[in-house]
Amino acid sequence: MPANPTAPQAPPPPTGEPPLVRAGLIAVAMAFLAAFLLMPLVSVFAEAFARGPAAFLAAIAEPDALAAIRLTLTVAAIAVPLNIVFGLAAAWAVTKFEFRGKALLVTLIDLPFSVSPVISGLIYVLLFGAGSALGPWLQGHGLQVLFALPGIVLATVFVTLPFVARELIPLMEAQGTAEEEAALTLGAGGWATFRRVTLPNVRFALLYGVLLCNARAMGEFGAVSVVSGHIRGVTNTMPLHVEILYNEYNFLAAFAVATLLALLALVTLAAKTALEWQRSQRRRAAGA
Amino acid sequence: MTAPRTVTAAASPGPGPGPGPARRGWRAPSVIPGFGPTLGITLGYLGLVVLIPLAALVWRSTELGAAAFWDLARDPRTLAALRTSFGAALIAAGVNAVFGALVAWVLVRYRFAGRRLLDAVVDLPFALPTAVAGIALAALYGPQGWLGKPLAALGIQVAYAPAGIVVALVFVGLPFVVRTLQPVIAEIDREWEEAAASLGARRAQTVRRVIAPSLLPAWATGFALALARGVGEYGSVIFIAGNLPHVSEIAPLLIVIKLEEFNYPAATAVGVMMLSISFALLLVINLLQAWNRRRLTDAR
Repeated sequence: MPANPTAPQAPPPPTGEPPLVRAGLIAVAMAFLAAFLLMPLVSVFAEAFARGPAAFLAAIAEPDALAAIRLTLTVAAIAVPLNIVFGLAAAWAVTKFEFRGKALLVTLIDLPFSVSPVISGLIYVLLFGAGSALGPWLQGHGLQVLFALPGIVLATVFVTLPFVARELIPLMEAQGTAEEEAALTLGAGGWATFRRVTLPNVRFALLYGVLLCNARAMGEFGAVSVVSGHIRGVTNTMPLHVEILYNEYNFLAAFAVATLLALLALVTLAAKTALEWQRSQRRRAAGA
Repeated sequence: MTAPRTVTAAASPGPGPGPGPARRGWRAPSVIPGFGPTLGITLGYLGLVVLIPLAALVWRSTELGAAAFWDLARDPRTLAALRTSFGAALIAAGVNAVFGALVAWVLVRYRFAGRRLLDAVVDLPFALPTAVAGIALAALYGPQGWLGKPLAALGIQVAYAPAGIVVALVFVGLPFVVRTLQPVIAEIDREWEEAAASLGARRAQTVRRVIAPSLLPAWATGFALALARGVGEYGSVIFIAGNLPHVSEIAPLLIVIKLEEFNYPAATAVGVMMLSISFALLLVINLLQAWNRRRLTDAR
């Protein structure tokens, strides 16, 4: 996503809009982004601090809120590493080799993005719920999947599966296989080649993929909502806790927990902007 | 970039992985190790996490039998929910097609204070959890909200009405249109615009006859991506929609309600219908993206 084309150095070409039209378009764009993006973001913080920082802190330090934070961190700590391993393996298989069925494989990797979050949860309810063969059998062996941590992790893994692979594949495709082949020719093993040649080349794309994957894992609502069972203090993740508080008209607490998730989003955006800036700097340095 | 390639070509025995390798069987030979394990992990993981669970949904729906499925599918409440989801997503994608294009144009072509901030903010819907977006929009557009109050004074109710669904879907869909159009706008060759201008075209004509056609594939792709996202959206909508059956109840919410009633057959039927819509849209998006790529390579 090269969002920053090179700034025009030449005097304004004879093809631009008149200054008045230009100012009008900028104003409309700003108003639209303010009404739909900026004001909602600001309102989260305004509502959370409506009764001062003490009330905000009390809402966050409440035991059920802390349990929700702990569960969200646990789920992300399991789901994100799994998808990093998958993303690296998938990107390696797809970009370093030519084989039949590759396009289909890439479509399959992207598939979770096209499925409604609620359906991502529904499929696990049907697979492990009452009426399936698998769920009761697992429960008989002491493993509760639905309405427990394993189900929440599975649903989260499903919705965040494409993020890492999707960031890596275009970049590794563009980089080709020449550097790996050189390393192998010079006597490096496969693992050393991956670790010392491929990984440094893709580290920023990998980092960005991990950030996006983590943001979605911590913020997923629909899929997790369907498989969680909403047991307060036990199977409520942060977004689910926000919903419960909101539905109880405890708006202050709902927005207080929501600010933590909004901060996560802001950190993700800031990191993204920094990575993109760095990438454009390097591209400029390489071009100069 | 070129030097290592010649080294390998000399060193690799037999048909090297140069341009246009001779295919033997289903994959081209390669000196790079790790094909088996990485493809194995990829397929095994996809199978366990994605394919088997999706197959469970399809399997359960076939268990219902055609007659029962047809009855569930024709349920008026189900049809109303599907119509609401699809209709609101269509309107929101339309709003985003217009304003998203304007935002993309302004961000690429103009230099003004705050441009970088606005550019970064466009990604907010990708990063902000949908539940947070939902309660924020409900507060903002609610009867007491910063925007809801003045709108209510004008007699416009947004929150807890179908209009609220559209607002939520505009939020989640916007970055798809902007981020699809931005690189394409940046690629437009200004010489074409200059040529049109020097041949006597007025600016409006240039925009309509030169710029708009070159943006069309990306525009359609962004529209379809926003639409696909909107049809399945749940978290940001349910807080602002009002969720009245037959009026402002979206299809994903109906699935959740059916699951809470332990009415698995009904949830399965709605789920299969939504999945079919999603796959149809995915197919359309893939075709549009192929068109988009063709246009980009032709232009070069």
